[in-house]
Amino acid sequence: MSPASIATLAADLAAGRCSAEQLTEQALARAQRAAHLNSFIRVDAEAALQAARAVDARRALGHELKALAGIPFAHKDIFCTKGITTTCGSRMLEHFVPPYDAQVVERLGRAGAVSIGKTNMDEFAMGSSNENSAYGAVTNPWGSARVPGGSSGGSAAAVAAGIVPFATGTDTGGSIRQPAAFCGVTGLKPTYGRVSRYGMIAYASSLDCAGVLARSAADCARVFDEIAGFDARDATSVDRAADRTVDALDQPLAGLRIGVAREYFGSGVQDGVAARTHAALRELEQQGAVLVDITLPSAHHAIAAYYVIAPAEASSNLARYDGVRYGHRSADVRSLDELYSRSRAEGFGSEVQRRILVGTYALSAGYYDAYYLRAQKVRRLIANDFLGAFESVDLIAGPTAPTTAFGLGEKSGDALAMYAADVNTVAVNLAGLPAISVPAGFADDGLPVGLQLIAPAFAEARLLNTAHALQRVADWHLQEPAA
Amino acid sequence: MPLDHAAVRHIARLARLAVADDQLDSLRSDLERVLHLFDDLAAANVDHLAPLAHPHDQSLGQRDDVVTEGDRSEELLALAPSAQGGYFLVPKVIE
Repeated sequence: MSPASIATLAADLAAGRCSAEQLTEQALARAQRAAHLNSFIRVDAEAALQAARAVDARRALGHELKALAGIPFAHKDIFCTKGITTTCGSRMLEHFVPPYDAQVVERLGRAGAVSIGKTNMDEFAMGSSNENSAYGAVTNPWGSARVPGGSSGGSAAAVAAGIVPFATGTDTGGSIRQPAAFCGVTGLKPTYGRVSRYGMIAYASSLDCAGVLARSAADCARVFDEIAGFDARDATSVDRAADRTVDALDQPLAGLRIGVAREYFGSGVQDGVAARTHAALRELEQQGAVLVDITLPSAHHAIAAYYVIAPAEASSNLARYDGVRYGHRSADVRSLDELYSRSRAEGFGSEVQRRILVGTYALSAGYYDAYYLRAQKVRRLIANDFLGAFESVDLIAGPTAPTTAFGLGEKSGDALAMYAADVNTVAVNLAGLPAISVPAGFADDGLPVGLQLIAPAFAEARLLNTAHALQRVADWHLQEPAA
Repeated sequence: MPLDHAAVRHIARLARLAVADDQLDSLRSDLERVLHLFDDLAAANVDHLAPLAHPHDQSLGQRDDVVTEGDRSEELLALAPSAQGGYFLVPKVIE
């Protein structure tokens, strides 16, 4: 039996068929049974049960509760949780207990959703396999020797294993969509600025985006509607009312023009992945969508531009970890300079250090114009590609990732091979657009394939509507990995 | 872009990352490979294009210049690896 949807759980709670405490107990038990996946960095059973009981008590008193009230879920360990250790997958923040909640944490808390813990992730969200976590790699529930993708690998694995119906994630270059594809779940990366970054530990601030991973588009819509909206504490938050996407889920697709981007089916794309993606698109065609071949001529520059811009911003953002104010401090240092450089060398893992060095280089005197400034111009080129395409289509489609989940250890020694896993996702972040990864069936190796749909800025409702239409006729998203 | 050990040391110094001598070689070849990826940027035709620093080209929001939080210095200093008397403690800077 497939795990219940948020709507079903909410109806059960409202009708008194179960309590939030029972749902939370079940989620905690499943987390324990699936501990071998290492999808959680910490599980907070007591706090979760307390929060669940509080929701039950409010319900018993007849208070009007929100749709997510009493629904268990998990936060990626990049979101600051007041009084609860937040590591960001790093040794640097092993003992960091934030004095405040992230906006996303605050919003979901206010909605009454019950967090059972913090999910594993690549250190500082830098990675595409979850192997860069200081707290160990995560296993893909679909294959014990496979990565779950990254950086929101713990969130994707926790949803795929049925531990929680949804989990928060963040996406700087594909970190929600790629693990969603690898684990056979649905992952929504909203428009840049749509969800507040307040309290979300920074990687690359002009690209970072909070979002959600869930089993279905309908569930993603329910969570997105709670977390989207303006927040004055994030200077890049967009002051624009977010439409309720739940209300638009059932709109007919007739006449919807979907641009199938030739570049997203390039030479690195496995045949099985391409075939499943086309098959999913044909399902949408059956429902009235019109498939149009399009080209995004600058798509092949996206990886280079991204891997200049993201590390450049990271090198600046991560300068704050100096061993002075919070985070790891090296013992036994003789000077302030040594305090900085040793604390950072000890606290950061190798991929984070590599990106800091690359970013520092790209921003340094003599190289700024050739790398950083030029990458920003290429970023404009890529954004213009999308703008041009959206003049004639409503959505753009392709495979989320070029391959199914690769093997643990298969790419961890080769940074460039790992970066290539992001080939179809990074351009979306450079342009700040919303996108979703939707399960599109299984390749011959038995592993899930994700269809990526990209929309113009602020058209999350269209993405969720289209993904939901697919999920009404196909049941790929309901398949479960063998225990 | 070929790098030598001195260049790697310089970047590491700018980034305030301690690098041991026996790491220099692997770091150098690592960085060279990543920088090689960037050669692709030179092939893009970006004449007359303005750099895009930020999606949507939006201007940053501004808020009223008012205090929104009170004094939380004790709470924040409690996070520090070493603090005393309202200050962060670091190794002696002036001899």
